[in-house]
Amino acid sequence: MMDSPGRTDRLSGPIRSAGFQSRGAIQCIPILLVCTSFFTQTVAGETSVLRLATTTSVEHSGLLPYLLPEFEKKNGIKVHVIAVGTGKALKMGENGDVDALLVHAPDAERVFMSKGFGEKREEIMFNHFLIAGPDRDPGGIKKCKSAAQAMKRLADGLAAVISRGDDSGTHKKEQALWKSAGIKPQGEWYLEVGRGMGPALLMASEKGAYVLCDKGTFLSMKKRLELSICFEGGDSLLNVYSIISVNPKRHPRIRHGLARKIVQWMVSKEAQRSIGAFTVEGGTLFRPLRIQGKVK
Amino acid sequence: MSSFAEAWNLLISGDADTWSAIFTSLHVSLLATGIGALIGVPIGLLIGARSFKGKSVLTVFLHTLLSVPTVVVGLLLYLMFTRSGLLGGLDLLFTPALMVIGETILILPMMIVFTASAVSPLAAEVLETTASLGAGRLRSGWTLLDEARLGVLAAIVAGFGRAISEVGAAFMLGGNIRGHTRTMTTSIALETSKGEFGLGLALAFILMLIAFSINLVFYSLQQQSRTI
Repeated sequence: MMDSPGRTDRLSGPIRSAGFQSRGAIQCIPILLVCTSFFTQTVAGETSVLRLATTTSVEHSGLLPYLLPEFEKKNGIKVHVIAVGTGKALKMGENGDVDALLVHAPDAERVFMSKGFGEKREEIMFNHFLIAGPDRDPGGIKKCKSAAQAMKRLADGLAAVISRGDDSGTHKKEQALWKSAGIKPQGEWYLEVGRGMGPALLMASEKGAYVLCDKGTFLSMKKRLELSICFEGGDSLLNVYSIISVNPKRHPRIRHGLARKIVQWMVSKEAQRSIGAFTVEGGTLFRPLRIQGKVK
Repeated sequence: MSSFAEAWNLLISGDADTWSAIFTSLHVSLLATGIGALIGVPIGLLIGARSFKGKSVLTVFLHTLLSVPTVVVGLLLYLMFTRSGLLGGLDLLFTPALMVIGETILILPMMIVFTASAVSPLAAEVLETTASLGAGRLRSGWTLLDEARLGVLAAIVAGFGRAISEVGAAFMLGGNIRGHTRTMTTSIALETSKGEFGLGLALAFILMLIAFSINLVFYSLQQQSRTI
């Protein structure tokens, strides 16, 4: 009713608006079409998806991209991996935002279980933490006989020490090591960077600093780092990874069946063999815990 | 130079991760731009065309929102959409849908502010003319928008630019899930954190190439409307 020809003509004179209606419509239609098609895709329900929160060390080293397709194919599902620090992964489990966790901070995990956030927890594999640093070793860490001794040498402050400072499994381990060595780390040599393992290693490499690191990440990034292993081995630097299914009693909507399946699968001979067979540049990154001895 | 070659290889070889990141980036940022424009342009028009009590306060407030860090938008939405949050029942955390919501909220103030400033210098003259011709409110608004279309298009382009380049909210709300919510920017951040600087740079080249193509489309639209 508005666009009687007369009115349109009159309007088009002073302010050139004759074309706007057709042009506006033409430009809007494709945009709207794209939007609706995108949106249907966006909200399309995905029923057979398992959400796994994990630490960066197992995802970025390539272990999960190598391991999970087997599990996905077998069960006809998709696993969505969210790689964060262990502290954040546990928090996600607590909130019910993920269905299962693959983490490496046994003490924090036990607290998680005792509070009823988890249903089942299985230790599946291990490797060791190590102290990486510049090859010329200004702090004399290479000569150390124990982790406690190494921590004390680090605290002399002869070279910078990078701390993850992000409540990750590695950060928790570092704090435990300081504590058992009776040291409160502070001073100009101690740099809390609040970042993931990768960035922390890169910073240590740039600054010629020491850093506590899990062996998996160290080996998978080794060729890009000017760092050597300065201290390793010993039970005090053991690094154990566990898989946990989130407790459905707390969060009824999590995909509990799938979570239980992945826990069972991770301790199966099949998965354990695959974990042991995974190598990066010839080095084994993780050792299976359930079939020890059967793997070379 | 090697990164440039690597970028080319990633595109040509049809690398699944790269293409899926490209798709997710475009999907999320175009959708956010579309929704943002549908909401933001009319609001910007109203604010730019009218004078009302508290307009200056509102303008300053909207300008302040332009400075909100993207991780803060991510954090607020995360807290709302976590399962134990207010809207946790919708099950949207770590999906592209929530990323769209996040990016839309992020670019909305920008679209409103830019639209308002494009419209406001023309408002008095155009509205006077349309009123004298007896046009209704809707019609007058439409005409004003049409007169200011270059500026409005610039607002939309700027919004798209922020949405596709943003990494903080995309990381928090999408979770950087490979093949699902991993975008170009979160890929770049991830490869950088792994020390794969070459690959990060290659992905950055691709992102710029895509942004260039999209802007070419916007520009030709702009030119077209200039000549009509």
